[in-house]
Amino acid sequence: MTQARSMLPRTRYGRIGLALGALLLALVPPFAPSYYTELGTYAMISAMLALSLQLLVGCTGLVSLGHAAFYGLAAYTVYLITPANQGLSILITLPAAVIAAGLAALLVGSLSLRTKGFFFLMVTLAFGQMMFFLFHDTKLGGGTDGAFLSRPILSLFGWEMQLNRRQRPMATYYVALGLLVAMYVGLVLLLRSLFGRVLEGIRVNEHRMQALGFNTYRYKLAAFVIAGLLAGVAGHMWAMHRGFVNPELIGWHRSAEALLMILLGGLGTLHGPIVGALAYTGLTELPQVMEEWKPFASIFNSIGLPKVGAFLQPLSERKLLLEGIVILLVVLVLPKGLSGIGMPRWLRDRIGGRAPARMTPASAAEVRPNG
Amino acid sequence: MTKSSTAMTRRSMLKTGAALAATSAVPTGWAIAQAKPLKVGLMLPYSGTFAKLGENITFAIEQLIAEKGGKLGGREIQIVKLDDESKPENAPQNADRLVKRDAVDVLIGTVHSGVQMGIHKVVSESGTLTIVPNAGNVAVTRNLCVKNVFRTSFTNWQPAYGMGLAAAKKGLKKGVWVTWDYAAGAESGAGFKEGFEKGGGEVLPNLVLPFPQTNFQPLLAQIPGLGVDVVGSFFAGGGAVQFVKEYAAAGLKTPLCGSGFLTEGTLEAQGAAAEGIETALHYGDGLDNAKNTAFRKAFKDKAGREADVYAVQGYDAAQLLAIGLEAVQGKIEDEANLYKAMRAAKIDSPRGSISISPSQEVTQNIYLRKAEGGLNKVIGIAAENLADPGTGCKLT
Amino acid sequence: MDFPGLLAQLLNGVQYGLLLFLISSGLTLIFGVMGIINLAHGSLFMIGAYLAFLVARQWGTVWLALPAAVVGGILLGLLLERGLFRHFYARDHLDQVLLTFALILLFEEGRSLMVGNDFYSVPVPALFDFSVPITSGFSYSAYRFTVIGICLALAVLLFVWIERTKMGAIIRAAAEKPEMVDVLGIDARGVYMAVFALGTTLALVAGVLAAPLYSVYPNMGDGFLIISFVVVVIGGLGSVSGAFWSALVIGLVDTLGKAYVPKVAGLAVYVLMAAVLLWRPSGLFGQQRT
Repeated sequence: MTQARSMLPRTRYGRIGLALGALLLALVPPFAPSYYTELGTYAMISAMLALSLQLLVGCTGLVSLGHAAFYGLAAYTVYLITPANQGLSILITLPAAVIAAGLAALLVGSLSLRTKGFFFLMVTLAFGQMMFFLFHDTKLGGGTDGAFLSRPILSLFGWEMQLNRRQRPMATYYVALGLLVAMYVGLVLLLRSLFGRVLEGIRVNEHRMQALGFNTYRYKLAAFVIAGLLAGVAGHMWAMHRGFVNPELIGWHRSAEALLMILLGGLGTLHGPIVGALAYTGLTELPQVMEEWKPFASIFNSIGLPKVGAFLQPLSERKLLLEGIVILLVVLVLPKGLSGIGMPRWLRDRIGGRAPARMTPASAAEVRPNG
Repeated sequence: MTKSSTAMTRRSMLKTGAALAATSAVPTGWAIAQAKPLKVGLMLPYSGTFAKLGENITFAIEQLIAEKGGKLGGREIQIVKLDDESKPENAPQNADRLVKRDAVDVLIGTVHSGVQMGIHKVVSESGTLTIVPNAGNVAVTRNLCVKNVFRTSFTNWQPAYGMGLAAAKKGLKKGVWVTWDYAAGAESGAGFKEGFEKGGGEVLPNLVLPFPQTNFQPLLAQIPGLGVDVVGSFFAGGGAVQFVKEYAAAGLKTPLCGSGFLTEGTLEAQGAAAEGIETALHYGDGLDNAKNTAFRKAFKDKAGREADVYAVQGYDAAQLLAIGLEAVQGKIEDEANLYKAMRAAKIDSPRGSISISPSQEVTQNIYLRKAEGGLNKVIGIAAENLADPGTGCKLT
Repeated sequence: MDFPGLLAQLLNGVQYGLLLFLISSGLTLIFGVMGIINLAHGSLFMIGAYLAFLVARQWGTVWLALPAAVVGGILLGLLLERGLFRHFYARDHLDQVLLTFALILLFEEGRSLMVGNDFYSVPVPALFDFSVPITSGFSYSAYRFTVIGICLALAVLLFVWIERTKMGAIIRAAAEKPEMVDVLGIDARGVYMAVFALGTTLALVAGVLAAPLYSVYPNMGDGFLIISFVVVVIGGLGSVSGAFWSALVIGLVDTLGKAYVPKVAGLAVYVLMAAVLLWRPSGLFGQQRT
């Protein structure tokens, strides 16, 4: 049976939880030091990238390893269209970046969707690497070391927002948050539509969808292009956030990182990638926190394991070890990812709200051809 | 290096770091602004391919601070370390960690030139005093130069230019540059070409392969057909070891020379294959000056291994910082005088005396060295008091 | 174009391709039989190379590393299969990806903790440390000829084993149609352990052979991992003979590309892969499946 609605929050409480989460994010900049505002911006940009990839991976069952190509291409588009020393309006750069990413996705998708499964993954990787070499090995985008660009400016119909150095990160943060929320809501609406159900159907059983008369290639291509457009939004925001482009934005490591965020957060939900991206970004802060937090080492000292304490102390030089251990634990202990950590069942039952079985009327209807 | 000594040095380095941090955290009498320790952020690779470079730079910086009694310009120094993993895509975020979260007063970093660009973006905007202890990409002190960024290492152009001059002086006429296809390769190639052509030679287009691949055979097999009488090259680390060995194994008769990184810290691994190779660099073995002798001894006592050019660059980064801070008695806010003193600095470096060029780059001798018995023996000066042209930098 | 130069390039291409075959044959079998996308396969290659380095440092010669790689590979393969992968056969492919990604990080950090972050050169075995003159100005390393020979011998052994033994037949059947094993009522666990041990051993042996050619350095597995996956998909998932031919093609394309069109050499392999898969969506020797 299918799980058409399973990607979306299933209960009222789930939706309230998500809204609260967004509200909480909105409250960060006024209260946190500016560093955390910028870290938050970066986390939300990663969240957008992961969320756009989730439309392919979690919703349609298409695992792409070249998704960062569209993200990086959008960032490079901003660089290429912006004159030196003069930022352009976001009303120009955002559409331009998104359209460039979408066109590239149309081209790559129309070719790579002829393959399936692991072959699809490798073909998308191949196209991503081609794009990488295009920017890495030619003078087109500043070469191997990357290049600086003037950031897009916030302006609406001639009125230009004047921002000083301290306000700019905050403004960028809210633009990113607004786009992330819009992207999430848009995807919720998309998944609820017939289009979304067809994608779900393709993920579960593509042959059946074909038998039902759907041209699945076209649906998959549409999903691929939408995902590319959304990745373009994320890439544009990176360029706006950092004012710096580097070929590594396109490379497969970044694609793999986005996939990693989805898996950390949970493959089966639409908010999983957001949770995963925030957690992954937080993970990179963890070593410093643990190192500075003296009690952590003294715990090991007090239980007679000073060596463990001493070993963990220089964790800022052992980032990768920590990352490896956390990922291993997630995959061993939390098969549904971080968003699979739910309320304990007794609490959920008490406050109620969840349908007892997976087969809700809506998902049952979906099984029928034109439901 | 043996397994145990790696572990030892790593641990001892961390201990010293912790000790420095601990001493500086102790309040020294009545808290006045001056007494607050000065935070120095080290953004260097502590993992991955360049980890050893990051470690040596760190040792040398800590060595200088220790020599000055833990204080520069009267201020206690607190060191904050961050592993940049040599990942350019994370570089702005990592630089932010030091500049904004830890609010360092000075940033010293880094090794990888792509990461340097990320740092450069952040510190150009924040105005944080930054000293580059290795990365040699020319952009940082040419078209993108800013008043708060200094470099105590080299530009990719410098050693290769020196090598070009020296090769032409020998009467060699036709050369080719072999390197990785990335910015450092192209910039060093440009230096070699400029130097070699100045001396009357001719340089063919570079032979390149993608960074950091080590499958050199396709390039080596082309060399006999080119009809060149000298092959110059820029490789570093494992790539340099491999290239020199394969060059020898291929039985090529054309002499090999290069930017000094070709044989720097790699001679032991290259063995007989490196014997006789001439390279140009701003440092070498057998430099006979008192500073060098003292520096190398102290470094070996501390780190348990021989100092190298990276250690020298790190040491000089700390020396330059010390000169600046001493001029303003530790008042780092006094930017005008701080930068003025740093720009006018004459540094007694283990590599000889050096000064700071108008584009805030090192003016230094480029030595001609010859690999002999596991040492890069200095056999002459390829270019005396050479400054990077600093094209496009408007600092004056 | 000079003919001796071309000959040398062809030899290089063949040598590189054969090494890729050793790595990717294990990868393709593990994927074909168990459906595991083993990202940590590059790390296994790296472990083999460091094994060669450690053995050479201790005893002065690399040869002892070969038997050590065989024994170590079998043990490590069994350990990984029984300790970790066995619990993941029923899980989503992407969980396996996450697992093996974590393994890459842990293997790399383990390497860093034990051996440090230096790059090391591994001496070519003294017996083969000479050059065979090909033309007056260019010689070819005898060790490279040796590597070609060893790889070819291993390839022949592997084919014989797969084609002529009962276990080989089962593995072949399982790689082409995984459900076959269940249908035939064979104890799948034994097959899985054998395949994992075999794949791991081949990767370690490839690492040992490669160490004197490429040195050992942090993250060295990365570069070989992606290119090995390219070999696997071009050849067709689960097909050892497909991996053999595609490894040779990739080795030659990559080497000749670097020699004669260096500006696009980085791209060549990916363009080739995309073209092959668009023409034959399941690879050259693959069965149609999803």
